[in-house]
Amino acid sequence: MMERDIVVIGSGPAGLCAAIEAAEAGAKVLLVDENAKPGGQLFKQIHKFFGSREHSAGVRGIDIGTLLLKKAEDLNIEVWLNTEACGIFDQDKVWVVRDKSKSMTIHAKRIILATGANENVVNFPGWTLPGVMGAGAAQTMINIHRVLPGKKILMIGSGNVGVIVSYQLLQAGAEVKAVVEAAPQLGGYGVHTAKVRRAGVPFYTGHTVLEARGTDHVESAVIVQLDASWKPIAGTEFELDVDTICIAAGLTPAVELAFGAGCRSVNSPVLGGLVPWHDQRMCTSIPSIYIAGDVSGVEEASTAMEEGRMAGLSAADSLGYLEESRYKARFEAINHNLLALRSGMFGQKRRDAKEAIMAASKG
Amino acid sequence: MQRILEHPILGPLPEEEKVTIYVDGEPVEARKGEMIAATLMATGKPYFRKTVKRHEPRSIFCGIGRCTDCVMTVNGIPNVRTCVTAVEDGMVIETQMGFGDWGGNDSK
Amino acid sequence: MDNHNETEGRLKTTGAASLAELHATKEYILPDEHMKHPVAVIECIEAIPCNPCETACPVHAITVGSEITNLPVIDIETCTGCGLCVAACPGLAIYLKQKEYAKGLSFIAFPFEYVPLPEAGQVIDMVDRHGRVVCKGTVIKVATIKKFNRTAIIHATYPVEQYEQVVNMQRLARD
Repeated sequence: MMERDIVVIGSGPAGLCAAIEAAEAGAKVLLVDENAKPGGQLFKQIHKFFGSREHSAGVRGIDIGTLLLKKAEDLNIEVWLNTEACGIFDQDKVWVVRDKSKSMTIHAKRIILATGANENVVNFPGWTLPGVMGAGAAQTMINIHRVLPGKKILMIGSGNVGVIVSYQLLQAGAEVKAVVEAAPQLGGYGVHTAKVRRAGVPFYTGHTVLEARGTDHVESAVIVQLDASWKPIAGTEFELDVDTICIAAGLTPAVELAFGAGCRSVNSPVLGGLVPWHDQRMCTSIPSIYIAGDVSGVEEASTAMEEGRMAGLSAADSLGYLEESRYKARFEAINHNLLALRSGMFGQKRRDAKEAIMAASKG
Repeated sequence: MQRILEHPILGPLPEEEKVTIYVDGEPVEARKGEMIAATLMATGKPYFRKTVKRHEPRSIFCGIGRCTDCVMTVNGIPNVRTCVTAVEDGMVIETQMGFGDWGGNDSK
Repeated sequence: MDNHNETEGRLKTTGAASLAELHATKEYILPDEHMKHPVAVIECIEAIPCNPCETACPVHAITVGSEITNLPVIDIETCTGCGLCVAACPGLAIYLKQKEYAKGLSFIAFPFEYVPLPEAGQVIDMVDRHGRVVCKGTVIKVATIKKFNRTAIIHATYPVEQYEQVVNMQRLARD
C-alpha cells in the first residue's frame, strides 16, 4: 500500500494552504482533488479580497490562486487531480478512485479534509425549472466557463455571495433585475450592496420568491412581500421578467468523509449546520484527522487559507517535523490573522460561533 | 450569443481550437476542453433532460458536479454530469429521458 | 411595497447609504470649496477588517490603525489626490472629489470595473448612490495603469449642483 505522511483532500484555498504549510515544514504531502483543475472556488473570485496585507488584501482571488499553485509547484507537492476520495477507513486509510477507473488505498499518517461546502436550496413552485441555479453555479459559468447563464437575473439572497455574484453578473454583461432578501435587512457588506445599488439594481428586503414560471425554462418569477412572521402578504405579489433565478441561501459544509470516518459532530447554525468538532489546531475528535476551510464551518476564502495553514502546520508538527519554538511562532501568527479576520460587526459572530464549536463536548 | 467575449477583469476571450459535438443529432461548434454544460448554455439549449415520472425539464443547478441535475447521455452512456465533463471532437450528446437507455432488457 | 424608490435610502434596506447615514459618520469627509485640488472621499461606514487603503497611500493620509476594523480616516490636507486608494479599496468605496474644479463644475475620479470604458471627451450619464441618472458629465481621462490591478479610474466633471449626489457613471451599453 502507498504511504504518505499527510494526505490533503481538496485543493481549494484551505487545502492548498494546508499542503504548502506542511510541505514547508518538511512533510511528504499528497494533495488530491476530484476536479480536473485545482483551486476550488478560488478561481471564481475575480474581486479583490479584504483584510490586511497578511491576508492578501487587495489581491484578486484568481491571482491568489495562481500564487498558491506556483508555491505548491515550487515545493514539488504531489497533486492528483481527477481523484475522488471515496472514504476513510481505520482513521488512516484513504480510498480514492483516480480518473473514474483506478481504485487505490493510501496509508496516510495524517489526513486533512478541506472539502468545502455545497450551496443550499430554497424550494418554491417552479424551483426545478432550467434557469434556477445556485449563485455559485452562475459564478462558475461566468468566471470559469465565460458563458452567461442568462440575460435577466433574479438573485435570491443578499449575503456576500448573493451581492458579489450579482456584481459579477453585471460585469459579465447580464442585467440583474432584483435582489430579494427575506430578512428585514440586507446581509452582505455595505460596500458590496452599494456597488450593486449604484448600478441601479433594486433590493427588496422582507420579500421572497413565491413562484418561478415557465414551460421548459424560467420565463418569469413572482415576488411577494413577507409579514413579521415570514408569511406572504396577499396582494403584494408582482411578476419579474427574468430568465435566470440564482439562489444564494448559504452553504452547508461537505462533511461526508469526516462523519464517515467517525469524526464527532457539533451543530453550528451560524456556520452552516453540522460540522466536525475541532480544536484550535484544527484537529478533529480523531487524532489523525484534521480539517480546514468551509467544511469546518462556512466563512470566507481568507479564513479558509489561514485554517489550512493551521491544519497543515499542526499535522506536520504532530509528526515531529517542527521544533517547538517554530511551531509556537507560526501558531501564534496564524491565530493572530484569524482573529483579525473574525472581528468587527460581521466577523465577531463567526468568532463566537467557532469558539462555541471548540468549546462543545467532543460527542 | 451567450459567450462573454470581453470582460473587464478577465480580459478578452482567448482563442481556442474548435471541436464539433452532436447534440440530439445536430452538429454544434464547441471550444476545445470546455464543459458540455457550458457549450449547451452558450448555444441556448433550454433543458438537458426530462425526469422519469413527470417528464419535467432539468438543467444545471450546482454547476460543480455535486447535485447531478445536469446529467445527459454522452456517447451512449446515461447520467454523465455535463457540468464537469469536457467536450471532445465527435462527442454524441443526447437529451436524457428519465433514466436513459442502459442497454439492458429491463430499462424503463 | 418596494422600497427602491425612496429618495433617502438606507444602507441595510436599499443597499446604498443615505446622505443622513453618511453625515452621521464622522469619518465621511466631503471636501468643500476650500480644497484647491481633488482629494479622497471614503464611503466606508461599516467596521470590517480591511486596510488596503491605508497601505496604498504613499503619503500616509489614511489611517486605519492596528485594529483593522477601524473605519479609515482621511486627512485631506495631506492627501495629494493620487488615486491609489481609489483603486486599492476592495469595496470600491473611495473616489476623489473637488467641489469647484472649474466654473460651475465639480470633479470626480471614481473606480469603474465594467466594459466598455468611455473615452476622454465623452459625455456620460452621472448616477447617484441608487443608480439614478441625475446629470450629465464629461470624461477628462480614463486611467487604467497596471498598479490599479484592472480597476479603471475615470476622471470626469459634472455640474456643481450635484456635487454630493454623484458617485459614479451609468454603465455604457455593450454592443
